[in-house]
Amino acid sequence: MNSFASGLLGKLSWDALQHDIIVTGGQVSMVLAALTVVGLLFYFKRWKWLWNNWLTTVDPKKIGIMYLIAATLMLLRGAVDAGMMRAQQALASGASDGFLSSEHFQQIFSAHGTIMIFFVAMGLMFGLINLIVPLQIGARDVAFPFLNATSFWLYAAGLMLINLSLMVGEFSAAGWLAYPPLSGIAYSPGVGVDYWIWSLQIAGIGSTLAGINFIVTILKMRCPGMTMMKMPMFSWSVLSSMALVVVAFPILTATLAMLALDRTLGMHFFTAESGGNPMMYINLIWAWGHPEVYILILPAFGIFSEIVATFARKRLFGYKSMVWALMAITVLSFVVWLHHFFTMGAGANVNAFFGIMTMIIAVPTGVKLFNWLFTMYRGRIRFTSPMLWFMGFVVTFTIGGVTGVMMSVPAIDFQLHNSLFLVAHFHNMIIGGVVFGYFAGITYWFPKIFGFSLNERLGKYAAWCWIVGFVVAFLPLYILGIMGATRRLESYDSSMGWQGLFVVAGFGAAIIMLGVTFQILQVIVSIINRKDNLDTTGDHWDARTLEWSTSSPAPHYNFAVLPVVTRRDDFWESKQSKRKNTDKPNYQPIHMPKNTPVGLYIGMLSLITGFAIVWHIIWLIPVAVVAIILLIIIRTSNTNSTFTVSVAEIKKHEAARLLTKGKTL
Amino acid sequence: MKTKHKTIITAIILVLVILIGYIILHGANFQVLNPAGQIASKQMDLMIFAALLSLIVVIPVFIMAFTFLWKYREGKHAKYSPNLDSNIFAEITWWTIPTILIVILSVVTWISTHQLDPFKPIASSTKPMTIQVIALEWKWLFIYPEQNIATVNSFNFPEKTPIKFEITGDAPMNSFWIPQLGGQIYAMSGMVTNLNLEASGTGSYSGSSANLSGKGFSGMKFKANSMSRVDFDEWVKTVKQMPNNLTTTEYNQLSRPSENNPASSYATKQAGLFESVVEKYMPYGHNMDNMRSKNDSQTVDY
Repeated sequence: MNSFASGLLGKLSWDALQHDIIVTGGQVSMVLAALTVVGLLFYFKRWKWLWNNWLTTVDPKKIGIMYLIAATLMLLRGAVDAGMMRAQQALASGASDGFLSSEHFQQIFSAHGTIMIFFVAMGLMFGLINLIVPLQIGARDVAFPFLNATSFWLYAAGLMLINLSLMVGEFSAAGWLAYPPLSGIAYSPGVGVDYWIWSLQIAGIGSTLAGINFIVTILKMRCPGMTMMKMPMFSWSVLSSMALVVVAFPILTATLAMLALDRTLGMHFFTAESGGNPMMYINLIWAWGHPEVYILILPAFGIFSEIVATFARKRLFGYKSMVWALMAITVLSFVVWLHHFFTMGAGANVNAFFGIMTMIIAVPTGVKLFNWLFTMYRGRIRFTSPMLWFMGFVVTFTIGGVTGVMMSVPAIDFQLHNSLFLVAHFHNMIIGGVVFGYFAGITYWFPKIFGFSLNERLGKYAAWCWIVGFVVAFLPLYILGIMGATRRLESYDSSMGWQGLFVVAGFGAAIIMLGVTFQILQVIVSIINRKDNLDTTGDHWDARTLEWSTSSPAPHYNFAVLPVVTRRDDFWESKQSKRKNTDKPNYQPIHMPKNTPVGLYIGMLSLITGFAIVWHIIWLIPVAVVAIILLIIIRTSNTNSTFTVSVAEIKKHEAARLLTKGKTL
Repeated sequence: MKTKHKTIITAIILVLVILIGYIILHGANFQVLNPAGQIASKQMDLMIFAALLSLIVVIPVFIMAFTFLWKYREGKHAKYSPNLDSNIFAEITWWTIPTILIVILSVVTWISTHQLDPFKPIASSTKPMTIQVIALEWKWLFIYPEQNIATVNSFNFPEKTPIKFEITGDAPMNSFWIPQLGGQIYAMSGMVTNLNLEASGTGSYSGSSANLSGKGFSGMKFKANSMSRVDFDEWVKTVKQMPNNLTTTEYNQLSRPSENNPASSYATKQAGLFESVVEKYMPYGHNMDNMRSKNDSQTVDY
């Protein structure tokens, strides 16, 4: 009986469901939230709607919205993790142990980092890319719509797997990059690291596929006339970022696969004994990890380029410089990975090389900053909430740049590495750069996505809370680092004199939480008042690029007639020339891809595969993998995957749009 | 009136921040900026230099950001040039000036990285002393191969004497860091890294592991006590007479996972413990990976 159970369930047993009170709290709230959603779906009889409009969709605009929702939910979880860490460190001085055990604390910071990078930042990024890039380059869809849906569902599967670890078993306590030997089977025998590996592995494959998809989309599907050097800067930044994805993510996949082989099949790629080499893992993970930082920040740079030009009502300054700076950053981001471990003991020549390469990145980044500032110069600046996020970005990102340049000098890094100074530095880049950028982008494009704009006043409150909260939360961490406080401590001696600063940092985190609350309120209030904030023109901000030339939200085919451009910011320039387009639009039938549930199936089967490997449910692994392969074969042999939107239907939609437009004018 | 209110509120906030700052930071030890040895001191100087150098770019950025935002805001009707999108002179300026600064910093980096290479012995008229360090789960073992003693989680050393730390691990990766004496280096199983430090006077300095190494990692703190040569010799004598002897058996006992270990000391009659710990991770009996190239030959080959 016992052997039957272990054959059926692997390592899984009732013990996996038992947790302490804090984890149980998290579980209960997650289960309640899930039950509420299911209940609402039954109550409003929306199952069919959910299936037809969302779960089986291949429309990048809908996929983008799903990315944004998933990433927002994960942001809340990551923020709760951050709050617990701040509370623990504010309390656990000297004799007090705080309220978390060291194992639980370590799981929390490991989960915080992993979730924030892979499931929040990546999710927000792919969400915005899906929503905006096809529109911005005047395309009707992405190059491979079904692949795009599959990418999303792989991301969703990774996300579900990492959250399952809260319910069943445990999560990794080895940090967000799980360095061996600590993450090896000898020191981490539990399922935590396996959860970490497989949720990243599944989501990571989705990212690679999405990277390929958007490179092809941008290279091949731009509208007539849009040469590369006429492309909006956001699309350029996405192209650079996706190039990095395609080169960097396979490294992650291979590295995780080797770690998994070590753990599951007893191999010795990264163990300290039997010829294994943990240092190789650290090199490989950062050969992915450093480009990853730029994968996230480049699209944020692109967003700010659009926002500053739009709200300064001025052409983007130094377009060519901006493109060259992007390219320089893209290439340089691959030759700096060693600066994450100057302290490993490489020779002075090696360390100095990587240090110098790192500081060189400051040049193109600085150029971008100057170009944004000179876009504002002699502009007509509307100080909207996206501009407030931009100003917050300029301040925090520049401070992060200074500390970054400091740490790029190896001799200095020896003193600051792995201290809270480092933690403050990368939050400066990730919050001040990436998060502020994506929040600005979401606010900016919200009317395009949903057809109504977000409440500006609450948006500004939120931005102010984030900016002030950020300073109050992370300035103390810089000082703590200088005072010798290392990262990841769940308790410390009271004689170190750190507690006061940790308490201040905790207040900062609370101010950020207040900002998050304002954002939630902002969305709720904006939905309630949506009738007053409708974007009937499709061009809510009097903006510059093509996505604003179609209705808000855009029809599923994006453009009734594909735009033709002759210059940069063609949409803005033609608005300026005030030449009325009197030609009767020549509508043509449009081919669009049909919905398909196969992406969803592949995602869910990947989730099952991951879960089965984590718990050593051996029989289930081949079943799920074979099912995935069969699905791919079936899908690729399907020749009937598109449908045609008739001219009549397009006319109907366009007429309705022109009618509402006429009413408001 | 309104501006007056704003000024008063700003002043109150400012006073509060200064007050809170004073209370919190009063008497604090800013270890990295409070060096007790030449390595930490040079690292601090570099840090300040790099920060000041970047201010050359940062200050104009801040000034321009807020001036432009203020001056060209809507409703102010300042000069508006919607088509101004390039200026070759301006762009050359901001490609060049940061490049010059980075060139300066690169030269400083190249020189300082070689000068402050942790493997490089410190030049001194005093004979250097070796301390072998083993990171364990979750404590630090310090072996004095010349004095035949060993300590856990606290160690003494003579002032004004270059100390060569030979560092390895018998645990997940740790990082050996004494901020007031100088920067850190990783402690890895099957590897030997070096750190050369020196204290310019007597004192007791905090050290810790800077890299996550498992459950008891937070407790991997130790004290590095610098003392006069006479006091040090005296201390060595006392420890040598102690009954605790660090044999292989004792080591195996000690290396079992334990948390927040108190400081302790041992006499060591058995030589080569450090070497045997390093070799434990090399079952084929040869050095798999000599990390340092030939010209950095300070690496110990086992």
